[in-house]
Amino acid sequence: MTHTVSIEDADVRYACAPQESLLSGLHRLGLRGIPVGCRGGGCGVCKVEITGGEFSTRVMSRDHVSDDDLAHRRLLACRVYPSSDLSLKVIGKLQKKVCTPAADRPLP
Amino acid sequence: MALTGVLRPGHVQVRVLDLEESVRFYRDVLGLVETGRDAQGRVYFKCWDERDHNSYVIREADRAGLDFFGFRVLDKATLDKFDADLRAYGIATERIPAGEMLETGERVRFTLPSGHVMELFADKTKVGNGIPLVNPAPWCKARDHGIAPIRFDHALLYGPNVAEVQKIFTEVLGFYLVERVLTPDGNANAAIWLSCGQKVHDIAFAEYPEPGKLHHCSFLMESWDQVLRAGDIMSMNAVPVDIGPTRHGVTRGCTIYAWDPSGNRFETFMGGHLPYPDYETMTWTFDNFGQGLDYPQRKLHETFLTVVS
Repeated sequence: MTHTVSIEDADVRYACAPQESLLSGLHRLGLRGIPVGCRGGGCGVCKVEITGGEFSTRVMSRDHVSDDDLAHRRLLACRVYPSSDLSLKVIGKLQKKVCTPAADRPLP
Repeated sequence: MALTGVLRPGHVQVRVLDLEESVRFYRDVLGLVETGRDAQGRVYFKCWDERDHNSYVIREADRAGLDFFGFRVLDKATLDKFDADLRAYGIATERIPAGEMLETGERVRFTLPSGHVMELFADKTKVGNGIPLVNPAPWCKARDHGIAPIRFDHALLYGPNVAEVQKIFTEVLGFYLVERVLTPDGNANAAIWLSCGQKVHDIAFAEYPEPGKLHHCSFLMESWDQVLRAGDIMSMNAVPVDIGPTRHGVTRGCTIYAWDPSGNRFETFMGGHLPYPDYETMTWTFDNFGQGLDYPQRKLHETFLTVVS
């Protein structure tokens, strides 16, 4: 059975099975809404705040998820698995940091 | 002998979030040869055609990324000379005793202004590649297990102070600058590709505000067919692929970027041109960075600039 995941602010709702991560469920459907990076809990670009619902997690890099983040359910979407319908906000910033401040750099 | 000083990238130690999941990935999907485990719990690998005991070491930790990158130098006298030269240049060095890593001699460790921990060593036990030294066959059975790259080739590292890093490699360690990408204003280098021999690169750096970041570790494949086969094996095993298969403009290497189970990017790579130390550096302007990264698609992929571990 799948659960419905709602991305607040983006007006995106999608079905996600308990054995697939919030990120892979979104990505598999070809939908956008959460930035996609390494998909292994290491890079931090898919950070979200779970605002409602139940879930389980797998290990993720503490470079990107502090104790305070854990306490406030600010987690990496590639390592969160839904066990009920769930809502979230995207908080990871896909910052353009290479070479120069983002303001000075032409966009790819 | 023409090739002296620093010979090649010799080992790298990478942090993983789940050791056994990572061992299965590196051994059975990437197809590295597991050569040992130590009392710290580190797991040692080599590529099938490498002769030294290890080249890729993983350690379980609570964050992904690079612990250190080590170069093999010619001999003990060379190691001592580089140690003295680094200190004379103003870089603090530290000696790590022989045996701290399995089958590895004394290491000279120092930290670059980019925040990356580098090492030099002269000794690592030769365990061979499974092929006899007399009347050797061109390959052995290990070549067909998983992706099975032939060697650990290079790494691209992200951090600050790339200009100072370039000076250390070219003025102290004997490297030369093969290619570079300019910053948008054209007054500095955004990324540099450095060689210590005739490989198109042995290590590369890109300017980035956060120190000590890993962009990717690269593994050499024998042919374009083998790179495409690597892509097949990645998909069979649901390995997240970042870019490719495609060809870089920079280096002319043919490539796939993908991620290990902890979000450390790796590359399966072949080809590239063969520079000599007297060749002029090739330069890419920033507005051509897209072709430099992905020549056919001419695309500066967002993840290339932003996703590191």
